[in-house]
Amino acid sequence: MSCGDCPDGRKFDLIKEFPEKTKQLNDFIDALDIGPDRNRNRGFLIESLHEAQHIFGYLPRSVQQFVADKLHLYLSEVYGVISFYSYFTDRPVGKYKISVCTGTACFVRGANAVLEEFKRLLVLENGETTPDRKFSLASLRCVGACSLAPVVMVNDQVYGKVTAKMVADIINECK
Amino acid sequence: MIDSVETLNKRVEALRRESLAATRILVSMGTCGIAAGAAPVLAELRRLLAERGLENTVEIVETGCIGQCYAEPSVEILNPESNSGITYGKVKVSEVSMIIDHLADVVPGLETVNKTWYYPEDEANADNRLQARIVLRNSGRIDPEKLEDYLKNRGYQALAKVLTGMSPAEVVKEITESGLRGRGGGGFPTGMKWSFAAAQPAGRKYIVCNADEGDPGAFMDRAVLEGDPHSVLEAMIIGGYAIGADTGIVYIRAEYPLAVKRLKIAIRQAEENGLLGKNIFGSGFNFKIELKYGAGAFVCGEETALIHSIEGKRGEPTFKPPFPAVSGLWGCPTVVNNVETYANVPAVIRRGAAWFRTIGTEKSPGTKVFALAGKVENVGLVEVPMGTALRDIIFNLGGGIRDGKQFKAVQTGGPSGGCLKADRLDTRIDYDTLTALGSMMGSGGMIVMDEDDCMVNIAKFFLEFTLDESCGKCTPCRIGNTRLHEMLDRICTGRATGDTINKLRNLAYAVKDTSLCGLGQTSPNPVLSTLANFEEEYEAHIRDKKCPAGVCTKLITYLINDNCVGCTLCARNCPVSCISGERKQKHVIDQDRCIKCGVCYQACKFHAIDRI
Amino acid sequence: MINLTINNMPVKVRKDSTILAAARKIGIKIPTLCHFELDCFSFEHRIGSCRICVVEVEGRRNLAPACCTPVAEGMVVKTNTLRAINARRTILDLILSDHPKDCLTCEKNGDCELQHLAGEMDLHHVLYEGKMSEYQLDLSCDAIVRDLDKCIMCRRCQSACNDVQTVGVLSGIGRGFRAVVGPADLMPLNESTCVFCGQCVIACPVGALTEQNCRYKVWRALNSGKHIIVQTAPAVRVAIGEAFGMRPGTVATGQLVAGLKLLGFDKVFDTDFAADLTIMEETTEFIERLTKNENLPILTSCCPGWVKFLEHQFPELLYMPSTAKSPQQMFGAIAKSYYAEKMGLKPEDVIVVSVMPCLSKKYEASREEFSPNGIRDVDIVISTRELANMFQEAGIQLNKLEPREYDHPLGESTGAAVIFGVTGGVIEAALRTAADWLSEKELKDVNFTAVRGSAGLKEATVKVAGIDVKVAVCSGLGNARRVLEKIRNGEARYHAIEIMACPGGCLNGGGQPYIHGDSSVLEKRAAAIYKADVDLPIRKSHENPYIKKLYAEFLGEPGSHLAHRLLHTSYKARGHLCEVKND
Ligand SMILES: Cc1cc2nc3c(=O)[nH]c(=O)nc-3n(C[C@H](O)[C@H](O)[C@H](O)COP(=O)(O)O)c2cc1C
Ligand code: SF4
Ligand code: SF4
Ligand code: SF4
Ligand code: SF4
Ligand code: SF4
Ligand code: SF4
Ligand code: SF4
Ligand code: SF4
Ligand code: FES
Ligand code: FES
Ligand code: FES
Repeated sequence: MSCGDCPDGRKFDLIKEFPEKTKQLNDFIDALDIGPDRNRNRGFLIESLHEAQHIFGYLPRSVQQFVADKLHLYLSEVYGVISFYSYFTDRPVGKYKISVCTGTACFVRGANAVLEEFKRLLVLENGETTPDRKFSLASLRCVGACSLAPVVMVNDQVYGKVTAKMVADIINECK
Repeated sequence: MIDSVETLNKRVEALRRESLAATRILVSMGTCGIAAGAAPVLAELRRLLAERGLENTVEIVETGCIGQCYAEPSVEILNPESNSGITYGKVKVSEVSMIIDHLADVVPGLETVNKTWYYPEDEANADNRLQARIVLRNSGRIDPEKLEDYLKNRGYQALAKVLTGMSPAEVVKEITESGLRGRGGGGFPTGMKWSFAAAQPAGRKYIVCNADEGDPGAFMDRAVLEGDPHSVLEAMIIGGYAIGADTGIVYIRAEYPLAVKRLKIAIRQAEENGLLGKNIFGSGFNFKIELKYGAGAFVCGEETALIHSIEGKRGEPTFKPPFPAVSGLWGCPTVVNNVETYANVPAVIRRGAAWFRTIGTEKSPGTKVFALAGKVENVGLVEVPMGTALRDIIFNLGGGIRDGKQFKAVQTGGPSGGCLKADRLDTRIDYDTLTALGSMMGSGGMIVMDEDDCMVNIAKFFLEFTLDESCGKCTPCRIGNTRLHEMLDRICTGRATGDTINKLRNLAYAVKDTSLCGLGQTSPNPVLSTLANFEEEYEAHIRDKKCPAGVCTKLITYLINDNCVGCTLCARNCPVSCISGERKQKHVIDQDRCIKCGVCYQACKFHAIDRI
Repeated sequence: MINLTINNMPVKVRKDSTILAAARKIGIKIPTLCHFELDCFSFEHRIGSCRICVVEVEGRRNLAPACCTPVAEGMVVKTNTLRAINARRTILDLILSDHPKDCLTCEKNGDCELQHLAGEMDLHHVLYEGKMSEYQLDLSCDAIVRDLDKCIMCRRCQSACNDVQTVGVLSGIGRGFRAVVGPADLMPLNESTCVFCGQCVIACPVGALTEQNCRYKVWRALNSGKHIIVQTAPAVRVAIGEAFGMRPGTVATGQLVAGLKLLGFDKVFDTDFAADLTIMEETTEFIERLTKNENLPILTSCCPGWVKFLEHQFPELLYMPSTAKSPQQMFGAIAKSYYAEKMGLKPEDVIVVSVMPCLSKKYEASREEFSPNGIRDVDIVISTRELANMFQEAGIQLNKLEPREYDHPLGESTGAAVIFGVTGGVIEAALRTAADWLSEKELKDVNFTAVRGSAGLKEATVKVAGIDVKVAVCSGLGNARRVLEKIRNGEARYHAIEIMACPGGCLNGGGQPYIHGDSSVLEKRAAAIYKADVDLPIRKSHENPYIKKLYAEFLGEPGSHLAHRLLHTSYKARGHLCEVKND
């Protein structure tokens, strides 16, 4: 099993590799009200992970361990939390993060056909990233733009009323 | 700094005098407005007003949602004097100049949208309008990023009233008497919840706002937070005073960046103006509000899971008792209420419990916001008094079914709810009538389905959602729902055997009966209610291996009949190129390669393709 | 007190009781799986997740889990309505639908709570079939096997590891159907900070966590023609009888020896001999540190679980533990030197097998510092349970055997050694010797009762030869962590501390017969240990004649150069084993 630190099959430690980013995370956590009480510190875990993912793009084991150490938590607790919340990922994601909304409103208006078309054209399963790390495909549940259903998000760009036919164009736009 | 009722009133006076603009242009800048293209429209408005030197007479207000999502981007021209105006829907950038040309009257040829609501606080007469706006009283009317706008609209008056003239017990009593029930799904009486927490010995207590809004297809909490964040803050401070808490926490899902941004602005403004912090209104009462973020887990909407999530743990629910009101966040008494519940509170306090009870039904006073979506014409938010008939919501406010199709069912309560058939359209909905019909109010998601929807597939969809979102802690939900889903999958793919319906029903009841938390206790509802209403559709799948709605791809075949004139349209559109045939000759589909996408079926203009 | 009725029978129980406890009071056993309780350590794992214990409570919409529903005045409970029975069967059905049903070849066969339940609950076939969880078998470490396909998500292991032991290796992972319990990223256990105490193993109701089975290695060794000897740890003799229907608390030393002889060991020795040796070395070190008043407190070092915990979690305190090896390793070292020499054998021709109440000992024996010249001091370690199983396979009916005596010279031991098996025992044994040595006279009353009992942390000030010696005794690593944190922060001062990883000490070790939450068994085992102590003629380690002989013939003085080479060790800071290495 890979630890997620090795995106190219080469092992490396994100924390050591990117001292600048590490410092940024370190400063963020230092600014929190961390004390000796593990239970209290845990209350800062999720925001620290949000920040860490924001900085590093994903949360490989070295980053998890770093956060665990800073908050005096067990690595297993940190991993338990990361693996629980779908927002967190311990694998690198693509440059273009394609999210197909499969919330109810989008579903009844044909989101599945859109998702299937993305899967077919990108040769990806839901939750996977292309080997060149250009595209990641995921489904998500309701971005709150149900009037535009079915909705697709590419990074922060929202596409509304998407049909299977539009999928190829959306992919082509990502250059 | 607003440190007393006097300074508050003076401030409001001054603000009223300041607003000189003869016309206000409201642009709805909620998530959904922005996604539909409101930003360029707004930019064009600003550019043209500047170009024409109108900046001082025309005021642009970036509001939150007005709820008419189907009409986004929308622009409202409002005359502040008469408080009347014109709303344009689906505005294009190219149309903006015409709108400015005709400030006072309707631009001929542009689509306008009718207001279907009234404000019970302003207008005694409902004027036969179906919607009554209490929760959304400010949404779409004020700039959510300006405290001044909120203050001008009775903002923080309720808080002033509470802190300068009511005891905590009186506040709890008022809320209890109003009959306000939690809008987060369960409909638990809010006053009772507050009284439990208030009765706990003094010490650390918390007020938590549940802004996790996880029901896919529901977005009313988002609209409130984006459109009127101060109303939630005001209510939380009132709640804190009532139960004796000095800290409030808003737990908000990370998928709502705009709501987060506006909440942060609102909190900062409240702090800067002394509405949060120490000694609010000189009453000696202190209160602070923090934000905590979700990270993508529906189950964290469940209150014990939410508390664990704030504590930085996995969002797994725990058995109740103890209830959060007794032992919640960090083991302290904690009140968890929904965004919409809070948004009601300032109005209740201002106008009194008796007023609130004049709206809605006996057992469910007030209004409910529904997120109307699916196959209706007018997708959006509607706020109606409890007890409004489903038909009014779907056919009057919702504008009926799209594309002239036939209404088939409506799902209320999201993945925990159930579906209702046409014969229930006249039901006047409130908490109790919906539960009696085997559905649920839930958070107010309302998904309309038409003849093209397969109810087995819908049930499977909802179950897939709960499976994905189950925390996996307890056996019935973790394994039971998986088995239910597998059975549904077998039905949809023609592999189910004769006794499947019975097995399905029995297991569904067992999962409901034994699950640990609300998620598992309600997750079989979509299965049970579709079974109750559409058993024949299940049987068609199982016995005849047919999907009557033509949705379950494994059970349908596309065949080209003799109507084919050989126009080649289908062949050119088929994504897997599995249709062959000479020009002007009858075409054929290679069934082995067909992925049943239905593109050809829709493309053919000669009704030459059968779906069987 | 609260009054309620269960199946129409009135019951009166304490206010904080659950339905489960109330039902038990009137003789109704409601099935449980996830619930786990050890009252002697006031430990309760009340998660309410398996739902096998649901019952009907009048006036409630849903069935209630008996294990975590508090009683209320006037409550009307029905445990056996058709609705409740069917629901429980459905739950069992669901559990089994995601469970490999290979009981006949399962390590837990015959001792599995799920299997027992299935036997009791009259389920004749599994109705709901579908996909099953599939995980990789974790065979990475020497102590424990994790087969998560069998995990039923009761989280008892997690509670044991995180809450009781505060090692924090195990966590819930993922969610929904893919939820499971394991170390971060499901990394192999040997890459984690696991100390192999095995508390998770004895908490697990099913075969998802079991020991690494070394029985076949022993069978092979017994048939290898080499000289094979066995040592038995103190806590084994008071527990092994349970596997043969003897009453808990039976001291079965003689039968144990007899059984081992029947199995075919060339010599049957006692770890207790080495425990006496440990006391000689450790007490010498203690007295030296005490008189110089440096490097105090001294920490005991005979529990490998605790030692590994210290190496991971408190690397800055590594100077504190005694450098003395554990009895198991001292035995091995002596067996492969002094004994081998005496027998005219080469060390590699002697096979040392240990029978231990412990799983961490399997790991300890494999630590590289205990393999001088590549020859392990202890070759094979089996647990009490494994030995019982070997007896069963060999048809040796322990309860029917005539007691026999240990062999010499490594079989003679004292009462001081036997109490190593219970929390407080090591310190008591050390005090018996220290008192004599410091005062240079013979202590009459050897019972230091202040350090006895099952409490997780015991403190006492003992007058030894006029000196007030402040000692502490911890069992359970959570208690150890609390004490160590205090010491690190300068909030507490002691002269000597005994630490045992397992709550209650080795008698509750990870390799002992399963007690399934019946903590009265532990109390009986403890009582048996103290009885064994009293029954022995010699109760002080330094009076063991064979120990005296060993020093006279071979080692010289306690703390001598040779003693140091053979009987002492060193510790290393471990940190996170999972650190990523650069290629
Ligand atoms: C699975 C599950 C999800 C829930 N999600 C939400 C949610 O997204 N928002 C919410 O306000 N309440 C949600 N609830 C209800 C909350 O548990 C809780 O009852 C509610 O926040 C209480 O507030 P109220 O009394 O104001 O309704 C959910 C409940 C369950 C069981
Ligand atoms: S019902 Fe589902 S979500 Fe709720 S505790 Fe059980 S597994 Fe978790
Ligand atoms: S259904 Fe789709 S795949 Fe099949 S023939 Fe028609 S267009 Fe091609
Ligand atoms: S589109 Fe219709 S008419 Fe044209 S070739 Fe296809 S089946 Fe025939
Ligand atoms: S864990 Fe228990 S039920 Fe499962 S296979 Fe082993 S003995 Fe049988
Ligand atoms: S119980 Fe039945 S299946 Fe098992 S060994 Fe005996 S005969 Fe065979
Ligand atoms: S053996 Fe001990 S330390 Fe290792 S996982 Fe089990 S309980 Fe935790
Ligand atoms: S490994 Fe055993 S103790 Fe741990 S959760 Fe699974 S079944 Fe329970
Ligand atoms: S206390 Fe005993 S059984 Fe437990 S780990 Fe330590 S030596 Fe092994
Ligand atoms: S369901 Fe897709 S945006 Fe709401
Ligand atoms: S316009 Fe605001 S929710 Fe749609
Ligand atoms: S024993 Fe009660 S829920 Fe598991």
